[in-house]
Amino acid sequence: MNGGLRRVLAGREAPVAGALLVVLAVTTAVNPRFLSDQGRFDLLVAIAITGLMAVGQTFVLVMRHVDLSVGSVLGLSAFMAGSAVRGDTGGPLVLALLVGVVVGVLAGLVNGALVAFLRLPALVVTLGTLYVFQGVQALLTGGTRINADQLPSSVVGFGVTGFLGVPWLMWVCLLAAALGGVFLRTRRSGRDLYAVGSNPPAAELVGIPVARRTLLAYMVSGACAGGAGVLFLARFGGVDSNAGIGYELPVVAACVVGGVNIFGGSGTVLGALLGAMLLKTMGVSLSALSVPEFWQQAINGLLLLVAITADRVVLLRRERAARVEAARHRREQADAEPAPPAAGAESPGHEGATTTEVVR
Amino acid sequence: MRPTRLRLVAFLAVAAASLAACGGGSSAGAGSSSSAAAPSESASTPAATAGAVKEGLKIAILPKAINIPYFDAAYAGAQKACAEIKAECEQIGPTQATGAAQLQFINTVIQKKYDALVISAADANSVVPALKKAQDAGVAVVTYDADVADTSARSVMVKPTTPDLIGKSQVDWISKAIGSGGGEIAILSAAATAENQNAWIKIMEAELAANHPELKLVDTVYGDDDAAKSAEKAAALMQSHPNLKGIISPTTVGVAAAAKYISGSKYKGTVQVTGLGLPSEMKAYVKDGTVKSFGLWDPGMLGYLGVYAAGVKASGGDPKAGFKAGDKDYTVDGDGVAIVGPPQEFTAENVDQFTF
Repeated sequence: MNGGLRRVLAGREAPVAGALLVVLAVTTAVNPRFLSDQGRFDLLVAIAITGLMAVGQTFVLVMRHVDLSVGSVLGLSAFMAGSAVRGDTGGPLVLALLVGVVVGVLAGLVNGALVAFLRLPALVVTLGTLYVFQGVQALLTGGTRINADQLPSSVVGFGVTGFLGVPWLMWVCLLAAALGGVFLRTRRSGRDLYAVGSNPPAAELVGIPVARRTLLAYMVSGACAGGAGVLFLARFGGVDSNAGIGYELPVVAACVVGGVNIFGGSGTVLGALLGAMLLKTMGVSLSALSVPEFWQQAINGLLLLVAITADRVVLLRRERAARVEAARHRREQADAEPAPPAAGAESPGHEGATTTEVVR
Repeated sequence: MRPTRLRLVAFLAVAAASLAACGGGSSAGAGSSSSAAAPSESASTPAATAGAVKEGLKIAILPKAINIPYFDAAYAGAQKACAEIKAECEQIGPTQATGAAQLQFINTVIQKKYDALVISAADANSVVPALKKAQDAGVAVVTYDADVADTSARSVMVKPTTPDLIGKSQVDWISKAIGSGGGEIAILSAAATAENQNAWIKIMEAELAANHPELKLVDTVYGDDDAAKSAEKAAALMQSHPNLKGIISPTTVGVAAAAKYISGSKYKGTVQVTGLGLPSEMKAYVKDGTVKSFGLWDPGMLGYLGVYAAGVKASGGDPKAGFKAGDKDYTVDGDGVAIVGPPQEFTAENVDQFTF
C-alpha cells in the first residue's frame, strides 16, 4: 500500500495533476465563474476532443512511434460520419459513431501497415498520410460542408448535453481512457507496446510480434481520432474541409506534458489525459482571465519545455538508480552464487521503466 | 496580344466601329450605348482595347485557401463570368491561408502563362514581389476580397462592399437584436492580424461611440478562424463578462462557432449573436432563435467582378477607368477599388433563399 502511494507520487502524473489543480484554484479565485456549472461544462467540452486523441496517441508514442495524421483522420471521419446521418430522416447517433470509428481504424491500418511492414519511419509516414487523408477528404467534400440544419438533433444535441453535469463528449473520452488505460497497464499485449518502445530489436528477439502490435497501436490511435471526428461533428454542428487541420501537434504536446516519453517506453493514458486537461484548462483559463493571445501560446510552449526537462531528469535519476541496483545485485550474486537471474524483470514495475532498465 | 484569337465581346460598348475592327468572329451585340459610363481616357485609346474583353483568356482564381465555402461561392461567380466572356477559369490555391503558401501558386501562374490572376491576398505584404513578377511576365493581376499593401502590384481591387457599410450594418444588427435597453457587447474576430477584420472593428468602434450610447464594447477577442478556438473564446467571454448582451463576430467561422456555442448554453435567448456568416452554415441558428439576423455580401459577385476586371486588363484595356460586368457598370475609385454593393441581411424569413 505504502509502496503504491510512493509510486503514485514518484510518477509523472502527480505533478501534472498538481499543476492542473493549481491552475483551477488560481483561476477560480480570480474569476469565480470559471467553475460555475456552465463554465465547468464548457471546459470539459473543450478538453474532450484533444483528450480522446491523446489517449490514442499514447499507444503509438510508447512504441517509439508517432501519429501525425490524427487531425486529418478527424476531419475525414467527421465528414464521413456526417454524410452517413445527414438528410431528411437522419440516422441515429450510434451510426455516426460507428462510421467515425471504422474510418479511423481503416486509416490507422494504413499507417500501421506502412510503419510495420515497410519499416518506414513513423514521423514521415504519418506526415505523408496527414496530407493524403486531407486530400481524400477534400476530394470527397469538394469544398462542400455539412451544416447543423442537415444533421439529426440526436447528433447536434450530443454536443451540448451531458449526464451528471459532465458533457457526453467527455464521457466518451473518459470511457476510452479507462479502456485504454486498463489495457496498457494490465494486458500482456499492452505491456508489449512498452517493451517495443524501450528497445525494438530486443522486443523482436524475445518473440513479441512487433508488426502486429504496431498495427494495433495505430488502429487504436485511428479509432480515437475517428471517434474524435464524431465529437467534433456534434460539438460544432457541422464540418468543413478545414476540420482538424493543425490538431496533431497539440495532441502530441498533451501526451508529452502528461509524461508520455516521446522516445517510447513509458507513459500512461491517465498522464496523457491529464496533459490534455492541463493544456486546455490553461488556454481557457488564460482567456477567462483576459490574458493576451501571445502570452497564452508562450506559456503553452514553456509548459512543454518544462515537461520534457522533467522527463529527462526523471529518466537520468532512474538510470542512476538502476546502475546502483545492478551493482548491488552483482555483489549479492557473487556472495551467494546460484541466484535466479534478473528476478526484478518479472514485475511490471512503473509503466515500462523496469523494462527500459532491463533491456539497457 | 494574340490577334488570331481576338474576338470582341463588347461589354463596354464603345462603338460599333470596334466590331468591324476585329472581324467576323464577334459574337456580341454591342449595347446601343451605355457608354455614358465609359471614362474619358478610355475613349481616347484605340477601340479594340478600350475595355473590350478577348475570348479564350486563361484566368486563374487564387483564394486565400481552397475548400472554404465562401471562396467556393466566389469561384462560382467567377465561373459564371468566365462563361460569359468565354474564358478558361481555374481555381488554384493552398489549403492553409498564408501568404507563403500562396507564393508557389503565383509562380505556377507565371510558368503556365496564364493571362490573368484574380487573387485574395492571405497576407497583404508577402505576396507583393511575386505579383509584380507576374505583372512583368504579362499576367493581369486583380485582387478580390483582400487587397495587397502595395496597390501597384495589382490593377484593380474588387471589394464586396465598403468597410464603412460592413461595420455600420453589424452594429445595426446587434442593436436591433438587443433592443433599446442596450448593454455590454464584445467582438469575436478572426486573427489579431487580419486586415479586413481590424478595419471593420475600427469602424464599429466609431459607430458605437457616435450613435449607440446604449451599447458598450467591453472586449475584443480572436478565434483565429478556428472553430474550436472561436467556441472556446466565446465561452471565455461569458466568464469574463457575465453581463454580456451580445457578440459580434465579423468572420464566418467565428459567428457559426459562437452561435453553436450560445445555442447549446444557458445563455441562449439572453445573449445575441450577429456578424458576417454564411446562410447555409447559420440557417439552423436563425431558425432556432439564437440569431435574429446576420449578414454577408454575396461572395459570388466578388469572383464575377474580379474576372471581368481581369478580362479587361488582359485584353489590353484599363479597368481602373471603370468597367462593365454583366449588364452593370462599375466605377473604380482613385485607389483602383471597385465596390459591389452593401451587405445583405439574412433573417429566418429569407435565409432559405440563399444557397451559399
